[in-house]
Amino acid sequence: MKTNGLTNNDYARRKKLAKKTGKYIVCIIIAVIMLFPMYWMFTTSFKTPMNVAKYPPQWWPNPWTLDNFVELFVKRPFLKYLWNSVYIAALATLGVVVFSSLAGYAFAKIRFKGSNILFMVILCGMMMPIEVTIIPIYTALSSLKLADGHLGLIICPMFGYCGAFGTFLMRQYFLTVPGELVQAAKLDGANQPRVFMKIMVPMAISSISTLIIFTFLQSWNDYLLPLVLLSSSEKFTLPLGLTLLSNEDGMKWELVMAAATFSTLPILVVFYMCQEKFMASLSMSGMK
Amino acid sequence: MTNEVKTKRRKTRSLEYSDSVWGYAFIMPMLIGFLIITVLPVIMTFVYSMTDKNMMSRTTNFIGMENFIKLFSDKTFRSTMWQTLEFTVLLIPSNMILTLGLASLLKDKFKGCGFFRTAVFTPVVTSVVVWGVLWKYIFQTDNGLINSVLKMMGITGPQWLMNLKMAIPISVFVTLIKGLGMNMVIFIGAMLDVPEDYYEAAELDGANKFQQFFKITLPNIAPSIFLVLILTTIGSLKVFGQVKALTNGGPGTSSYVMVFYIYQMAFQSYKFGYASAASVILFLIIVALTILQWKMRKRWVFHED
Repeated sequence: MKTNGLTNNDYARRKKLAKKTGKYIVCIIIAVIMLFPMYWMFTTSFKTPMNVAKYPPQWWPNPWTLDNFVELFVKRPFLKYLWNSVYIAALATLGVVVFSSLAGYAFAKIRFKGSNILFMVILCGMMMPIEVTIIPIYTALSSLKLADGHLGLIICPMFGYCGAFGTFLMRQYFLTVPGELVQAAKLDGANQPRVFMKIMVPMAISSISTLIIFTFLQSWNDYLLPLVLLSSSEKFTLPLGLTLLSNEDGMKWELVMAAATFSTLPILVVFYMCQEKFMASLSMSGMK
Repeated sequence: MTNEVKTKRRKTRSLEYSDSVWGYAFIMPMLIGFLIITVLPVIMTFVYSMTDKNMMSRTTNFIGMENFIKLFSDKTFRSTMWQTLEFTVLLIPSNMILTLGLASLLKDKFKGCGFFRTAVFTPVVTSVVVWGVLWKYIFQTDNGLINSVLKMMGITGPQWLMNLKMAIPISVFVTLIKGLGMNMVIFIGAMLDVPEDYYEAAELDGANKFQQFFKITLPNIAPSIFLVLILTTIGSLKVFGQVKALTNGGPGTSSYVMVFYIYQMAFQSYKFGYASAASVILFLIIVALTILQWKMRKRWVFHED
């Protein structure tokens, strides 16, 4: 009989197949657990109020509606929040990239007195959490009448954790660039700014994009600092707009989920377009 | 000849001199900004912590250690410390075990591994507020997803977020799911650095996968594990956004954690001096953990040599 005549080879193959199937089942369960909350957020934002309150829960919106998003854009200033979030994150990122690559390059490739000590000082900044410095930052900004504004939200990441991490990251990269390259360019009569702009920055694009992803995401998702600083609602960023909505009396979940979807979607789209880079960038910030 | 060498030397020296000027110029913006935005506030937090600075009175008095004494006699602060500890103790082991498991599951290339990694990583890119509000919705007593599903199975679900004993465990769960992807990616990187021949040799000796994991993988990625351990601990001491969005510290003060307490004292009660004292304590804990990490890392680097 064929069935009794299985060779060892067949057994091994079956065992391998069973193992593989088991692995896929486990992976699929994990993926469902991780993605289902996001799916729930996404679909709820397209439901009508009546269907949100339905029992048993409606797994797939029927009918789909855009009313929640229309309300966010027309009756509530979510486009304004979007703009605030975008331009604050963009300026903070620009600042971090410029100042960190300048400093990182100087620490890696230019010899000057005290560079090691000054680098250590900035390195220590990576362990100073904003949670610890936020009270003096608030009192200083409010005594300058700048607390309820975007300046603090732009410069705090620039010269705080993000800036320190950026300086470290860029220095690590520039250390790998051969020194002869700088020497050769200087013998050709290029001064340091020229070397930096023409040779170093183009080479460092990969590290710079890591830094852009990291800083933009930090600023986009930042919550504590805008919560503490901003008081007038037209200056709010997306996370604050979302909490404002969710703390209202008679708050509507479909509307809150629409706001959550709206503030997550842009990041998520970019993330899915370049996931490898995202994962590498963010985990690098953990590795230091 | 000698003159030529001399001029050359002079030239390089002047080049070096102009270089060091550029060096200072390049670091200046970052350095000055950093001193104002980071170093000065840290010092000010220490100064404030010894004053009675608040928003109500114009004058600020030096009161020495009084804030610290008051802190430790404050019942809310003491329970805040316990809840922060509870949060950390619940989060760290579960995070480490799950992320190590996920990393060894997803480290090898197979069809779809990219998709699964991305799935696990997706919550990392969401903001803590979105994530917290989303789970608040899922954990609603009436009409929340979890209780609806329980109801379909004939079970009356508990009042999750209204329950004094549940507030911290739920916050831990929500934080845990959000952070898995980050540590997983770090561990995958570390695991892929372990030389393949170690496993081949072990395979020849008849070691099974579990033995390989405990005898080869774990010892070889120990430095990464320690690093992740410290970073995750620091992160869990600083948890704020999820808790604020999920429970707002409640019910009562049952989910107050360190940063939440600082936030309440500083920006709801406007007791800046008092809140700064709490910040100083948080700061000292974080510094201690960071120094521990640096010390241990040096040791490991030494071992590797």
